[in-house]
Amino acid sequence: MGKRYTIDPITRLEGHGKIEIFTDDDGNVLNAYFQVPQLRGFETFCQGRAVEELPRIVTRLCGVCPEAHHLCSAKAVDAVYGVEPPSSAKKLRELMYMAHFVHSHIAHFYALAAADFVVGPHAPVAERNILGVVAKVGLKIGGEVITQRSNAQKVQEIIGGKATHPVCALPGGMSRAITEEERAQIEKWGISAVEFGEFGLELFNDVVLKNKDYVEVIKSDAYSLNCHNMGLVDENNKVNFYDGKVRVVDTKGKELYKYAPKDYLDYVAEHTEQFSYLKFPFLKKIGWKGIVDGQESSVYWATPLSRLNAADGMATPKAQKAYEIFYKALGGKPVKATLATHWARLIELLYSAERWLELARDPEITSTELRADLTGKIPHEGMGILEAPRGTLTHHYLTDEKGMVQKVNLIVGTTNNNAPISLSIKKAAQGLIKKGTKVSEGVLNMVEMAFRAYDPCLSCASHSIPGRAPLVINIRDKNGEILETIKSE
Amino acid sequence: MAKLKIAKYWADCCGGCDVSLLDIDAKILDVAKIADIVFWPIAVDAKYKDLEEMKDKSIDLGFFNGSIHTSEHEHIAQIMREKSKILVAYGSCACSGGIPSLANFTDKESIFEWVYHQGPSNDNPRGAEPGTRAKVPEGVLSLPMLYDKVKRLDEVVEVDYYLPGCPPYYKRVAEVIDVVASGKLPPKGSVVGAKDKALCEECPRERKEKKIKEFVRPQFAKDDGKTCLLEQGIVCMGPATRGGCEARCIRANMPCRGCYGALPEAIDQGAGALSAVASIIDSNDPVVIEKVVNQIVDPAGTFYRFGLPIQRVRS
Repeated sequence: MGKRYTIDPITRLEGHGKIEIFTDDDGNVLNAYFQVPQLRGFETFCQGRAVEELPRIVTRLCGVCPEAHHLCSAKAVDAVYGVEPPSSAKKLRELMYMAHFVHSHIAHFYALAAADFVVGPHAPVAERNILGVVAKVGLKIGGEVITQRSNAQKVQEIIGGKATHPVCALPGGMSRAITEEERAQIEKWGISAVEFGEFGLELFNDVVLKNKDYVEVIKSDAYSLNCHNMGLVDENNKVNFYDGKVRVVDTKGKELYKYAPKDYLDYVAEHTEQFSYLKFPFLKKIGWKGIVDGQESSVYWATPLSRLNAADGMATPKAQKAYEIFYKALGGKPVKATLATHWARLIELLYSAERWLELARDPEITSTELRADLTGKIPHEGMGILEAPRGTLTHHYLTDEKGMVQKVNLIVGTTNNNAPISLSIKKAAQGLIKKGTKVSEGVLNMVEMAFRAYDPCLSCASHSIPGRAPLVINIRDKNGEILETIKSE
Repeated sequence: MAKLKIAKYWADCCGGCDVSLLDIDAKILDVAKIADIVFWPIAVDAKYKDLEEMKDKSIDLGFFNGSIHTSEHEHIAQIMREKSKILVAYGSCACSGGIPSLANFTDKESIFEWVYHQGPSNDNPRGAEPGTRAKVPEGVLSLPMLYDKVKRLDEVVEVDYYLPGCPPYYKRVAEVIDVVASGKLPPKGSVVGAKDKALCEECPRERKEKKIKEFVRPQFAKDDGKTCLLEQGIVCMGPATRGGCEARCIRANMPCRGCYGALPEAIDQGAGALSAVASIIDSNDPVVIEKVVNQIVDPAGTFYRFGLPIQRVRS
């Protein structure tokens, strides 16, 4: 009789999720499902609100990446009023956003992903966490991780009022300028953020890339996916997080589309399945072909890896150098190794820190010219797109002539990756769980690593969490009866 | 002294309450000294089954973030109550419903209709909708039921303390942790980590007892950066909201939206806000007052931004 493995809830990620794995009679994996068990209804309850309030409401979509929603919403409300903020306001928004990326990527890599690489995928559970990472790399580095994340939060607090949840963006601009004293502090923190960004890549090189076994795992088929790649690029096709056009590059590295936010509906559509509240976005011109990868499929991913794949390079010098090393080591573009997403995330971390420093040194950054004139502007419809830490984010608003919201459509970072996450879990499970496999905790962790690559989780908390609670998987028959319970140590 | 056992759960929430605990920075190491975290989905790998297997009242301190929007949220709320000696409603959503409770302006059917059918990016020719039981070729998959309305935590279980804020300010969180460590807990039912006085008490802006003739939306206002926002005609929830956040939104030149909840003597935060805005209008004529108040766009979504379900009296 086939077996069924349930993981509920999946943990060390932001939000609610559940995994179901089915095997055939021999114990080979037939299929795996990634389910999202809730729906919050933001698009519906934003109707009737005043449009200028949306940047302050949609932050609550995600407390881990509120700056992404705040600023994407701000771009959409700029467009609703048909105005462009002054360049100083755009720069101030981007500065806050670069600090946000630093905070988010530090949290994800060091507290969550690092354990699987620095300590090792088969290490004992008790060591395979942030404490194990600290034991291996030293307390000094652990303290530095806390300090750097904290600095990044403080920059967002200075500009945004609160890091969680910021309030500073209004239609056409920003509510408050920063002082010279604040700028100098932000610059000082920026210098050390760049150094920390470089350190992260050195650490990855020493611990991961010099270890043949890890490189083999990264390059293995169980952790590869053949998806189209989405990412925002600037006018030179370099990676940009705040502004630009969305570029889609196919599984072979060829540009398929490049579109402005206002045209997103021509390129992306969403499919619904009965088993999950989360929809499945796909490339509309190809059409829905199911949860499958490949050149014929319409499934794309929107992650740090896909952003690098979709661009021609990085706009800052140190990150560009790291980008070149990345593709040289992994055999050219596009990279299909899901686990290389962690490496890509570290390159983005360095880029964000470099860009933060550039902006902190921009003569315009303390300007008090922060608002576009809205006089005589009739609000109507607007789209905003930026890159959230976990993927391309789209906000689309329609209002009446008084700026009261009539319709809202959102395509959120993680939603883009619904099909890829499902596929990655299935591939990892199929590669690891076969006839005669003893499904050990180590094997299960290897399955978990497949979704963890996508996940901008917040586990920097776990640096303070002693030990680790056991992972439990129930093996059920097709009627849902528990046949066996596997508990990690 | 044995280490405290702490659990933290999120229901319909954003994760910002979890970040607020991280934002106490190095102090989190003090928490690790006095406590073991036995359940916290964002950070540790305990599953629902592990929580269910714990002995009743074996968790010393349970933090609950988020409002109740699905059968799963309610189920875990009940388990957290059974297992916890002390259960804290952590953040605006658990305390008063929070922004997710704006969903109470609509209902499940309308949400489904927009999200899966009418929304412009849908491509759903089969008219599929998620269901609590879905047949797939390999078996049957289940999902929790989405409720028609969003509830605050104390509508489904008994709550011992309320820690408001969206999210709670990390400085207040750190203070509450010190109180817990000292063992000197306030009476049950207390609001902790917030002031009993209005936000205006800690607002840096100057009040001149000036009256206004009209309200203006923030994007059209010419804020002088110094004067009380209400006295400049910008709707601000400060007079009807507890202090404790140190007016961080206002320090960024944006009006308060009330996340710290109603004042102690008030049951209805929105009614308090309405009387505050009415009292600042430069007229005694009810017709004029009504006309000026009607300039406020979306009063319901502004005055009840963080607590639509709390307007029934808390028993």
